[in-house]
Amino acid sequence: MIQQLAFAVLTIGAGALAWRSFSRVRRNIFLGQDEDISGDNSQRWRNVLLVAFGQQKMFKRMVPALLHLTIYLAFVITQVELIEILIDGFSGQHRFFADKLGGFYTFVISFIEVLSLLTFFATFIFLARRNLLRIPRFTKPEMNGWPKLDGNLILVFEIILLIGIFTMNGTDVVLQQLDPEHFKDTGALAVSSWLGPALFGGLSEGTLLVLERSGWWLHFGMVLLFLNYLPYSKHLHIILAFPNTFYARLKPRGEMDNMDEITKEVRSMMDPEAAFAEEEVSEEMPEFGANDVFSLSWKNIMDAYSCTECGRCTSVCPANITGKKLSPRKVLMDIRDRAEEVGRNLDSGDAQFAKDEGQPLSKGNYDDGKSLFDYISSEELHACTTCNACVEACPVLINPLEPILKMRRYEILTLSQGPQDWLPMFNSLENSGSAWSIPDARDKWAQDALRQQ
Amino acid sequence: MTTLKIPTMADLAAEGRSPEILFWVGCAGSFDSRAQKVTVAFCKIMNAVGVDFAILGNEESCTGDPARRAGNEFLFQMQALQNIEVLNMYEVKKIVTACPHCFNTLKNEYPALGGDYEVVHHTQLLQSLINEGRIKMKEGGEFRGKKITYHDSCYMGRVNGVYEAPREVLQALDADLVEMKRCRSNGLCCGAGGAQMWKEDEPGDKRINIERAEEALSTGASVVAANCPFCLTMMGDGIKAKEKQDDVMVYDLAELILNNMSH
Repeated sequence: MIQQLAFAVLTIGAGALAWRSFSRVRRNIFLGQDEDISGDNSQRWRNVLLVAFGQQKMFKRMVPALLHLTIYLAFVITQVELIEILIDGFSGQHRFFADKLGGFYTFVISFIEVLSLLTFFATFIFLARRNLLRIPRFTKPEMNGWPKLDGNLILVFEIILLIGIFTMNGTDVVLQQLDPEHFKDTGALAVSSWLGPALFGGLSEGTLLVLERSGWWLHFGMVLLFLNYLPYSKHLHIILAFPNTFYARLKPRGEMDNMDEITKEVRSMMDPEAAFAEEEVSEEMPEFGANDVFSLSWKNIMDAYSCTECGRCTSVCPANITGKKLSPRKVLMDIRDRAEEVGRNLDSGDAQFAKDEGQPLSKGNYDDGKSLFDYISSEELHACTTCNACVEACPVLINPLEPILKMRRYEILTLSQGPQDWLPMFNSLENSGSAWSIPDARDKWAQDALRQQ
Repeated sequence: MTTLKIPTMADLAAEGRSPEILFWVGCAGSFDSRAQKVTVAFCKIMNAVGVDFAILGNEESCTGDPARRAGNEFLFQMQALQNIEVLNMYEVKKIVTACPHCFNTLKNEYPALGGDYEVVHHTQLLQSLINEGRIKMKEGGEFRGKKITYHDSCYMGRVNGVYEAPREVLQALDADLVEMKRCRSNGLCCGAGGAQMWKEDEPGDKRINIERAEEALSTGASVVAANCPFCLTMMGDGIKAKEKQDDVMVYDLAELILNNMSH
């Protein structure tokens, strides 16, 4: 009874805590602007099925893809066992499904066990890749500190979780011989039927009972810890990968979103008659492009929260490969960090963060004197060749290019800054409609060619 | 070889005609001395096989791509709206261009501003002309059996998903097509896109075109084939920097085809 009560308190408490953190993440994502999510829903579901469930894009790199697939499958399948843990925990029964499902139960748990064992090895290989083999994409400067620890912690959690599972199942198998009344027959489990007796055979019943309960609580405790850890971790991708692939842009990759507010202005410039027809002339200087999470779209911010910092984007970025400061992954990490900072400040309710201190602090009434430019430097933005390699590389359809280009727009259109080198190109475009200012007529090549024949 | 004819839309309109297809030349194709050769080569091919085309000539203006990618939406739209006005005035339906950046902007970005056209890249047109048998190749041309490597431009490849048409065109040369390690969707940028062509590199260890040129050279190919005037410049410069310009040539696909045509 005490166990049931403890279980209920822990589950509900951890659940509520997680709910709060996830709500914060949701609020932070919606700090961004609205984005038009129209278009073919069947294409969106296809993306979810192929890219998120099917992990299609992971398979560009075979070794990590197989290792990742193992852990992913183990994770998904283990949720079945979690259902049983929840039922057992609340009702005080033991292995609720064992006698009801019979052979099928043996099959499912065996399946989980085999995947778990593979996962156990995969986790160590992942740890080795991060810490011993030092795969270049895991050792870039943006990975120093918390991101590196985060990556390792998740793997350590995973190992602890697996130790919990195998302790719980292994001792259970041994206990089935000693106390068949309580420990229902699970059939011959693929791993625990030999690993259990090998590890725990010969221990006293008392010790076994303690170990079995410890394994069970460790397993469940790790699940609750994990749930509460996710909102603060890169590992959030296990959830957000699904909505993120669903909401991924369906428009052609090469299409930058048109800025309709500018179209209005350009049209009125080209046609003075239309200018008079314009209704209102705004007093305030309009802001174009993005300088903060508020001017990005919520999808850009969801991208940032979906990023698991694998660094595939950075490893294929031509600027990064040739030693420039730009790293697409860092851009995403910066957006998330900034969203977190704004979220924390909003939660503090501190009037110093309000634009108008007389009004309550809110998304619309916020100014902490900082922006995304405090995180992402112009040097990084200017190094991008818009080659789309990062967009192509992302296994969960994050678009790192979009925020980069939105920030370039802010720099040029709102701040009137940007690389000096671009000025002659801009001037030439404005004055002669050509990207280079060359005094020749545009068709001189044709005249020359016709003359030469 | 048939005599060179490069009519303008205005010429044809004066005769009360409009061509089957508009050849969008672009800034590089018009002003860059290396790219001008590609422009002329492509005109010669179209003349030879009787493609009914015209250019806009002095009525053409930059598509605005470099301005837009630099962040200057204002300038982009000024260019775009002007161009769309001209294109719509001539009731243009179909456009071919030898520049992947122009291709992308015309195809993907002009529709939002009222410019809807069927846009093809010159490698796609060449591919269909070869497939239809309108372009005929010499028996045992200059490139037969030679090692050629193909550099995917970002804006045809990754951005617009055109990987095969240029490769099929190359196959018509009977050459030995060798791929670089990073090819197709993994192709490495030449370093010019995103308006980098108009600025110095940001601080780093290496220029991107050097990295790519080294990769192209490592294939042992004697010809690097490109489909973009900016790639052409970047790859040419990279190979020069490695002092291999006497051994390895950088060509546009149109030049290679013109060289190997039997008519």
